[in-house]
Amino acid sequence: MEAHSTNAATVFEPPAVQSPRISRSIVAFAARDRRFIVGVILLVLYIFISLIGSSISPYDLNAPNLDVRMQAPSSAHWLGTDRIGRDVLTRIIAGSQVSLQVAVGAVVMALILGAPLGALGGYIGGTFDALVQRVMEGIMAFPSLVLALALVALAGPSVVALWFAIAFSSVPRYARLIRSGVLTQKEREYVDAARAMGQSPLRILFRQILPNIMAPIAVQLAQDFARAITVEASLSYLGLGLSVPYISWGTMIRDAQDFLELAPWLAIFPGLALAGVILAFTFVGDALRDQMDPRLRASLTRRLA
Amino acid sequence: MLMRYTTMRIVQLIPLILVVTIVVFFVMMIVPGDPVMVMLGAVDGAQVSREVYDAMRLRLGLDQPLIVQYLHWLSNVLQGDLGTSITYRTSALEVILLRMVPTAYLMVGGLILAVIIAVPGGVLAAIHNKTKWDHLLTGFVVLGISVPTFWLALVAVLIFAVYLGWLPAIGYTRPQEDFLDFLKHIALPMSVVALNIAATVLRFQRQDFLEQMNQDYVRTARAKGLTETVVLWKHVLRNSLMTTFTVVGLQMAYLSGLITIVESVFNYPGIGYLLLNSIRTRDFIVVQGVVLFMVFLVIIVNLLVDILYTVIDPRIRYS
Repeated sequence: MEAHSTNAATVFEPPAVQSPRISRSIVAFAARDRRFIVGVILLVLYIFISLIGSSISPYDLNAPNLDVRMQAPSSAHWLGTDRIGRDVLTRIIAGSQVSLQVAVGAVVMALILGAPLGALGGYIGGTFDALVQRVMEGIMAFPSLVLALALVALAGPSVVALWFAIAFSSVPRYARLIRSGVLTQKEREYVDAARAMGQSPLRILFRQILPNIMAPIAVQLAQDFARAITVEASLSYLGLGLSVPYISWGTMIRDAQDFLELAPWLAIFPGLALAGVILAFTFVGDALRDQMDPRLRASLTRRLA
Repeated sequence: MLMRYTTMRIVQLIPLILVVTIVVFFVMMIVPGDPVMVMLGAVDGAQVSREVYDAMRLRLGLDQPLIVQYLHWLSNVLQGDLGTSITYRTSALEVILLRMVPTAYLMVGGLILAVIIAVPGGVLAAIHNKTKWDHLLTGFVVLGISVPTFWLALVAVLIFAVYLGWLPAIGYTRPQEDFLDFLKHIALPMSVVALNIAATVLRFQRQDFLEQMNQDYVRTARAKGLTETVVLWKHVLRNSLMTTFTVVGLQMAYLSGLITIVESVFNYPGIGYLLLNSIRTRDFIVVQGVVLFMVFLVIIVNLLVDILYTVIDPRIRYS
C-alpha cells in the first residue's frame, strides 16, 4: 500500500511540480518589465539599509548637537540637520527599520489570520463559509486607516498593536483570495486524485492548491506592504504611532511641519524615502499583476497586432 | 421592480450591519482600565462622583450579560443615539453632524474634481496607449498612489501657502459667511483629496476604456462610418463610465481615511479632525460615534451606487 501510494504520487504530482515553473515564468516575464527591475533594486536597497541600521553613520542617532541646528544639506550632513542638530540621514536610516519591522509583522499577521479562514471557508463551505464571508464583508466596510487609528488609539501604541491594527483590514483580502483559490482548484482532477490517494486536506492545500494561487498572493503581498508602510507612517504623522526610542518617518515629518519655511528639507527627505519605498512595492506589484492579467495582456497584444 | 430590488438589497445589509456594530462594540472593550471610567473620560486617575459613575454603569448595563449589553447599545445606535460626548456634553450625533458639513464639502468637491481630472485623463491614456501621453498619465497614477497623502499635503502647503502665498495654509471659513474665503480655504485640501482619488480612478478608467475599445459594438460603430471622435468619446466613454461610477463608489471607505489625514494637515474642522481631537481628549464616545458614522456612510453610499447602477442598467436587476 505504501509503495503503491508513492507510485501514484509520482503520477499525479505534475501539477504541483509544474506550478513553480508557472510562477517562475511569471517572474521571468516580469524581469523584462522595467518597473519590476527598478522596484526590486529599490527594495533590496531598502532592506539592506534597514538591516545595517544607523550604525554606519558617523553621527549619533539621538544626541543633540546644538552647534549645527537646522543646517541645510551640506557635505558634512548630506540631508541637513534637525531642530536640535541631529543628522537627518542617520535618522532616516533608523526610520527604515521601524517601517520594515511594522510592515513585515502586519503583512505576516494578515496572512496568518486570513489564509486559514479563507481556506477553511472554501474547503468546508456551507454555514461556516457563509458566516466567515459575512464577517469579512463587515470588516471590509471599515475605512482601514480609521479602523487602525481607533485600534491603536484605544490599545495604546506598541509594535504588536500596530501589527494587528494594520493587519486587521487586510485579513479579508487574503481570506477572499485563498477562498476563491481553493474553490476553483478543489474541483480540479489533480485535487480529486490527491484526495483519492488519501492525502490529508492540509497536505493538499499546501502541496497542491497553494502553489497554484501563489501569483495573486504575491501581488496582494506587494500591495499590502505598500499599504502597511503608508498606514504606519500616517499613524505616526498623526501622533498615534510608536514614540521614542522608535524613529518613524511619519514622526519625522510631523516634527518637521512647524519648520516648513525655515527647514523644508526636514519634511522633504523623510517623505522621499517613504515615497520611494512605497513606489518600489507598487512597481513590483503592478508588474506582477500585469503579467498575470490575461485580459490586459490579450488586449495589449491585440492592439499591437 | 426597482422597489423589490432595493428592499432585497437593504435586507441583505442586515448581517453586514450586525458584523460592523459587533466589531465596533468589541473594539471599545480593548481599552485598558475600568470601562465606566473610560466612557466618562476619566482615565488618568480623575475623580468622578458616585452618582455619575453609577449612571454611566447603568447606561452601559455592565451588570448585564455581554449579549444584552450589545443589543441594548445596538438599539440605541439604530435610533440615532450614539451617547453623550464627554468633552462637548451634548449628543455625540449632533457633534458629528455639525462637523459633517465641512467634510461633505470636501468629500463632494474632491470627488467631482477627481472625476474631472480622471475621466478625460484615463480616456487620453487609453487612446494614446503606450505613447508619451500614456506614460505621463500613468506616471501621475503611480505617483498619486505612492506619495503618502499627508506628505503631498505638506508639499502643497509649502509651495502654495509658504512660497507663493496664494492660499491660506490652514483653517476654514463657512461659505455663507464669505464665499471667496471659503473657496480659498478649501482649495488646497480639496485638491489633495482630488489628486489622490483621481489617481485610482484614472487607472481604472484607462484599463476599462482599453477593454471597451476591443468590443464588437465599437467595430460596428466604426463600420457605420462614425468618426473616431464620436465612437470613442460617445459610445465607448458612455459604457466605460459605468465602471468609473462603481470605482468612485468603492472609494468611499478609502475616502474617509483620506479625509481624516487631510483635515488633520489643514486644521480643517470636519469629522476626521473631530475624530483625532476626540482621540487626543480621550472622548471615546465620539471616537466610537465617528467610526460608526463613517462605516454607515460607506454602507449607504455603496447601497446608493448599487441602486443607481440598476437605474442606469436595468439588466442587473434581473440577474
